[in-house]
This record gives sequence, structure tokens and C-alpha cells, in this order.
Amino acid sequence: MRTQGPQLQSLSPEPRPIRRAGRATPYLFLAPYLVLFGVFVVLPALYGLWISLHDWDFLLPRKPWVGLRNYQNLFSPESRDFSDFWQSMRATGLFTLFSVPFLVTVPLLVALLLNREFPGRTFFRAVYFAPYVLGVAVVGVLWRFLLDPHIGLINQSLSATIPWTTDVPWAWISLVGMTVWWTLGFNAIIYLAGLQDIPRELYDAAKVDGATRWQRFLHVTVPGLKPVLLLVLTMTLLGSANMFGQSYLVTRGAPANETRTAIMFIADTGLRTFRMGSAAAMSYVLALTLLVISAFNFRLLRQEDT
Amino acid sequence: MRATTRPLARLPFYVLLLLLTWVFVAPLLWMLSTSLKTNADATRLPPSWIPRPFTTEAYVPLLSLGSETPVLRWFLNSILTATANALLVVGTSILAAYALARLEFPGRRVLFGLIVGTLFIPTFVFLIPNFLIVNSLGWLDSLWALIVPGAGSAFGVFFMRQFFTSLPRELEEAALIEGANQWQIFYRVILPLSRPGIATLTVLSFLINYNDFIWPVYVLFSPGSFTLPPGLSILQGAYTTNYPVIMAGGVLASIPAIILFVLAQRHVIEGVSRSGLKG
Repeated sequence: MRTQGPQLQSLSPEPRPIRRAGRATPYLFLAPYLVLFGVFVVLPALYGLWISLHDWDFLLPRKPWVGLRNYQNLFSPESRDFSDFWQSMRATGLFTLFSVPFLVTVPLLVALLLNREFPGRTFFRAVYFAPYVLGVAVVGVLWRFLLDPHIGLINQSLSATIPWTTDVPWAWISLVGMTVWWTLGFNAIIYLAGLQDIPRELYDAAKVDGATRWQRFLHVTVPGLKPVLLLVLTMTLLGSANMFGQSYLVTRGAPANETRTAIMFIADTGLRTFRMGSAAAMSYVLALTLLVISAFNFRLLRQEDT
Repeated sequence: MRATTRPLARLPFYVLLLLLTWVFVAPLLWMLSTSLKTNADATRLPPSWIPRPFTTEAYVPLLSLGSETPVLRWFLNSILTATANALLVVGTSILAAYALARLEFPGRRVLFGLIVGTLFIPTFVFLIPNFLIVNSLGWLDSLWALIVPGAGSAFGVFFMRQFFTSLPRELEEAALIEGANQWQIFYRVILPLSRPGIATLTVLSFLINYNDFIWPVYVLFSPGSFTLPPGLSILQGAYTTNYPVIMAGGVLASIPAIILFVLAQRHVIEGVSRSGLKG
């Protein structure tokens, strides 16, 4: 492991390269991680593709090769999974469509509020972030109770009997609302970091030029925040497309699988009914969809720049 | 324009802040309050914030290990798994990140690119194949399934590499001249300077693992081997009409996360904003 003695090198008049290590040293440092990374990240990413090309039933000994048939099935209306899969994709799409606008704008308003100098700022920052450290399991059972049509706090305070968890559009409002409550702090903190990176001089200069508060927001804050905005938008889109726990615990997919998301359907197909070939194919179709949307996003926001 | 001098002008601002605070805190207080009620009291109308009487009876069925829903056992399983996973993540990623940040070797850039690239693969892609890999390792329905696979995550390496890269080169130069080898430099020079980063990564890894839901729901089957997240979903099924018990489960599950957050609040929030921005 240890090769040339360092003493010898320090005697030599030639300037040394910054780092001289034994040839094996870097790999020894990397080895423990690379074993985990190889077995649980690289291998499954490729293995999943292999599975998706087979009729892979976990419980049966034979897993025949079917080529692209699992993928074709997802696009042919007469196949078993077609309508369920696309309904779940629709649910994920709707959730994303409803939640992303709130998850991108509301945290920005909160971050602007917290960006002012005032006593207790750190305290409020922590309070708004707090729900995020709780897992979706806690958040889910808690909101299931708050949204209970009969004894839930929400209907009680509204003196209403709204079916928050069993009917649309209420179920969507519930899922979006609890998600905003749960994750608002996360996006707000990222915005806040972005706001603090905008140089103060830009605001001062704008003020000298007589810009109003709104003009300063539009011409200093928004352009300065653009990379952060793109980051938040991308992460939120990915997060929304991954939605699982809220539907699983609060609406249980109700009414009639209307709020059963793609991940829920994929997990059920692969890990409950053990039709893993189809499930793997579905997960790649969803991943590809996300990739296309993200790429589209990047292009769109970059073009606006010029 | 400048309202700072007149306290009255700041009033709407503070009202808004406190209103928001209530929105975030009220559900959590309601969970705590309900967990200290009798079932009759929890369903009484109109609802009251103060339990009448205060009782801890909802916690009793949760804490007995013999019951169908041994929340205490799930709690211990969760703490054990999240701790073991966090140690594994931190241990392997500080070593790897050190090599990637401070050592020259062929393939360094490609390897780092590959690792970071995997951050962009959505996690659900790994669900089915990792289930099969864990099965062939004989880890289904065991806590190993929760401890080991998640430790291969690229996030830890990425995060620590950012941290190590920011340390000045001169430090290790000096150590090198004094005859230290790579391991000594790593252990005596780099690690002590990186304590804040390591602490942040430890807390974040613990919380991520502690809160993970979908994976434990599908790889653990028997209630004895559950952790809290799948456990809470079972608890909800078993006590559908008894909300004090379910809320007591929620309170117990929240305690470690809240304590950790309060202790490391500044680091966690900074860790989130830092890791987010440099992504």
C-alpha cells in the first residue's frame, strides 16, 4: 500500500505532484463503497432491464424470454395491464399537475417572508421545516385522522361533512394539501439559500434607480433565482411522480383506484402479484416519461434565459 | 417604505408568521393531544384540545411486546436499522469521497460521473430488481434488507466529496512532508476538519432511512420484523376506530426524528440547502 517513502521525495529538488499515493491506495479507499454501489445500484439498474424482457413471475421456476412484449402490452388496449396502468399514470400525472404549482410558488412566498432580517427568524425557519423530518407514515396516519369525515378536526372546524378521502375532487385536494403541508419547508429552505446568494448590491443599485419593491422582485430576485427555480421545479416534479405513501395511507387509492398512483400500481404488480416482468417494464416507461419531461423543462427554462 | 422603525407596521408581518406557525404546529399538537385521550373523549363533539381526563392508556397496548402490534419492538427495530445504515453510509462514503476528492488515479472523473449520474435514476426503478437481489441474499423479511442496500447511495459520496474538496491543500502538504501516509492524512488531518459535514450526513442518512416507507412495506412480512413505517400502516388497520392508539403510535414514531432535528436543526437545514444547490 505504501510505496515510495515520503522522506525521499521531500529531499528531491524537483517539485512533487500534489498527491503521490501508492497505486492501489485510491482503490482501497473506494472498495467498500464500490461493492455496495455495484451490487445495489449498478447491478439492479441493468438487472431491471433484463427482467423487463422476460415473463418473470417470482413464484414460478421458468421465466421465459418475451423480448419487448411487456412493453408492447402497456400500449395495447386489449392487454391485462393497459387500463390499470394508464389510470395509475393518469393519477400520478394529475397529482403532479395539481401539486407542483403550489409546491413551487407557496414555498417561494414563505422564503421571501423569511429572507427579511427579524428576531426569531431561525425559530420560524425550523418550525416550517419541522413536518418534513417526519416520515410519510406518520404524516399519513395523522392526516387520515384529521380528514376523517365524521370526527376529523377539519370537518369539525368547518362544521361540514366533506368526504375528504373517498370522493373526488376532495381526495385530490386532501393529497395535495397534506403534501404541501409536509414538504413546503424543504423547498422554502432551498429558495432561502438561493435568495441569500443574490448580491445585496444589486438590490441597492435597483433602489438607487428608483425601482419599486415589485420591480426589484421581478428584475433582481427572479433572474437571480432562476437556477434555484429550475432545481426546485425538477426535484418537485420527480418527488410528485414518486408519490406513494399519501395515497397508500390516506385515500387507499379511493374512489375506485382514481388516486392509485403509478408507483402504487407498479409495486402491487411486481411485489404483491409477483408479475415482475410487467412491473419492471412499467417502471422504465415511467422513468422515461420523467426523463423526457425533465429534459423539456431544462430546455424551456434555458431558452427563456436568452 | 422602511417599516423597521415602527413596530406597529410590522404587526401584519408577525401575524402572518404566527398564523403559518399555527398551520404547521396544530396538526402535531392535535396528534399529541389525541394520544392522551380516551377513545370516547377523542370522538366527543365538539372536539377539545385538552384531554378530559389526561390518560396514557392509549400507549399501553403499544408498549407490550406480546401484542399483535408491538410498536415498542418496531421502534427498536427502526432505531437499530437507521443507526446501522447511517454508520454504513458514512463509513463507506467518507472513504470513497476522500479518494475522489484528494487522490489522483486513472478513471477518477469517469467514476465520479457514473456515481453522480445514478442520482438521476428515479428510485422506483430499483424496487423490483433490488427485491430479487435481496431475496437471493436471503435477506427478505430481515432487517439486513433495510440496512445494507440503501448504503450504496450516491448521495453520501457526493455530499462528502463537496466537503473534502473545499479543504485547503496546504494541510496535507505539511503532513506529507512530515512523513504521514495517505491513511494518516485522511484519519488525522481530513477527518477532524470534516466533523460538521460528517455529522450532517449522519443525521440526514438516519432520517432518510428511518422515514423510508415503500421499501420496508414490501420487503418485511412478519410483524415481529417490522420497523415503524410499515408498522404504523398495520396499526391503522388494526385500530381503525381507535384514533388515540394510532396517534400514540404516531407520537412514538415522531420522537426520535424530532429530537434529532432539534439537536441538529441548523446542520440539517444547511445540509439540505447546500446539497440541493450544488446538485
